[in-house]
Amino acid sequence: MAKPDQCSHCQKPATIHLTQIIDNKIHKVDLCEDCPFKEGVTDTEGFSLADFMLKDPTAIEGEHGALRCEACGFTPADFKKTGRFGCPKCYESFKRILDPMLMNMHKDTVHRGKVPEKALARLSRKRRLDQLQSDLQDAINSENYEEAARLRDLLTEAKESVNPS
Amino acid sequence: MLITPLIEEKAELTGGGLSPEPIVLSTRIRLARNLSGEAFPGWADEPQRESILERCFEQLTQLPALKDGVFLQISDLTDLEKQVLVERRLVSRELIETTDGAGVLIAPAQGLALMINEEDHLRIQGLHSGFNFIRTWDEVDALDSQIEDCLDYAFSDDYGYLTACPTNLGTGLRASAMLHLPGLVMRGHMEKVVRMVNQLGLAVRGSLGEGSEATGSIFQISNQQTLGESEQDILKRLINILHAIIEQENNARGVMLEKQPEVVFDKIGRAFGILCNGHLISSQEAVSHLSLMRLAVDIGVFPADKRATIDRMSMEAQPGHVQCSAQADIEPEERDKFRATRFREQFATFPTLDFSNIQWTPNPSKEEDNGTDE
Repeated sequence: MAKPDQCSHCQKPATIHLTQIIDNKIHKVDLCEDCPFKEGVTDTEGFSLADFMLKDPTAIEGEHGALRCEACGFTPADFKKTGRFGCPKCYESFKRILDPMLMNMHKDTVHRGKVPEKALARLSRKRRLDQLQSDLQDAINSENYEEAARLRDLLTEAKESVNPS
Repeated sequence: MLITPLIEEKAELTGGGLSPEPIVLSTRIRLARNLSGEAFPGWADEPQRESILERCFEQLTQLPALKDGVFLQISDLTDLEKQVLVERRLVSRELIETTDGAGVLIAPAQGLALMINEEDHLRIQGLHSGFNFIRTWDEVDALDSQIEDCLDYAFSDDYGYLTACPTNLGTGLRASAMLHLPGLVMRGHMEKVVRMVNQLGLAVRGSLGEGSEATGSIFQISNQQTLGESEQDILKRLINILHAIIEQENNARGVMLEKQPEVVFDKIGRAFGILCNGHLISSQEAVSHLSLMRLAVDIGVFPADKRATIDRMSMEAQPGHVQCSAQADIEPEERDKFRATRFREQFATFPTLDFSNIQWTPNPSKEEDNGTDE
């Protein structure tokens, strides 16, 4: 079987051909002599062909090129360069690019494992407080004082459950 | 030097932690975590990284597991100190290449370490001698939960813990073991083992990329996938494959000792001879010879208490450590001389090789220690 001639990353002639078998799926990548990503091959800390798959330019098509993370300004082109995202919000912003990649990389595309219960509880409490605050303000603005009083009581109760005195 | 206390204290991999065992040199568990609402370290600018580092130091140095430990900012360290940290497996090469906003928190005895602003905001590492996944996981899991108490993690219901690189999504868990497999190497079975491991979705790495006698027959087995499986399932799969490899290694040693014992004794004899009498020994040579000394302990040529001694020598034979011991900035050849001198001194105290009492365990206990050692 003829080996492909071009580096997956830069299309120069490829002299390094890597094959990795994970879960009976064969992944191949071809690299040229000068490829910066060949450094990772001999990295004893951890090398995964999945890392190379990330940097495969064909995975990130033109139509997604205009996407941009609102929180941090990261673009698909940035991802193509480093194989890493810019911030946690990128996972929402680039979901369309991400999901096909994850199928290849992992056992499944949904998390099954530890959940930071306390952090999530804190977050949902905060969201509830923010929502109550905003609803209260709306009620005041529309002079619906009965509703405002009810919401104010709920808000006080909610605050106390976060910071029990 | 800032790192002197680390070298001097009795540490996990140098006889101060759990007992060293045959074949499984060490167990390591790493969790990748990030703070919500902050750019990942690679994308964040210097002020952001500094602020994250400060926040982490402030919160985390209070935690019970870490508070009596050593806290280091990478920018405060000399190149030599950084090299020693890598050699002690407390930080990665990537961390020491960061010029600003990077740090590490190291617990007493160096069984737990926390890197800040490497690829992710937080990288929690548990490291123990021997085959100890359950215990190491419990410690890392506990520390992770304590950190979660004081910092908000970036997490999504779908993707789990959010990491800079999608290859670490979900559990953010990389579990690995370092294995000493001279029997399989001598029998030429490593390729078969590598294939078996790969088929189960795990990775094998030689300590220098390929793995052979020249590299001390040391291999690292680790999981690769982190999303879609629970931490317990990932660890279970890894533990099962390790049991299988350990069994194969013991069989390979048994076959060698039965069919070609002189080959094994010759290798051990020559390695011992060089360690006792050499005057210039490179770090690579040291790895290879010390590997055979460890095998010698395993098969009863040396008493069992020498195993911890040999592990400590392996740590201290590394280039950065030698340079520290020499307390001078010495060139590689000087290091080779210094290393050889230390070996001559240390091995002069060893008993002579005793091949009259060879023993090997066909299938040692499959039970992991559950934290019941001294």
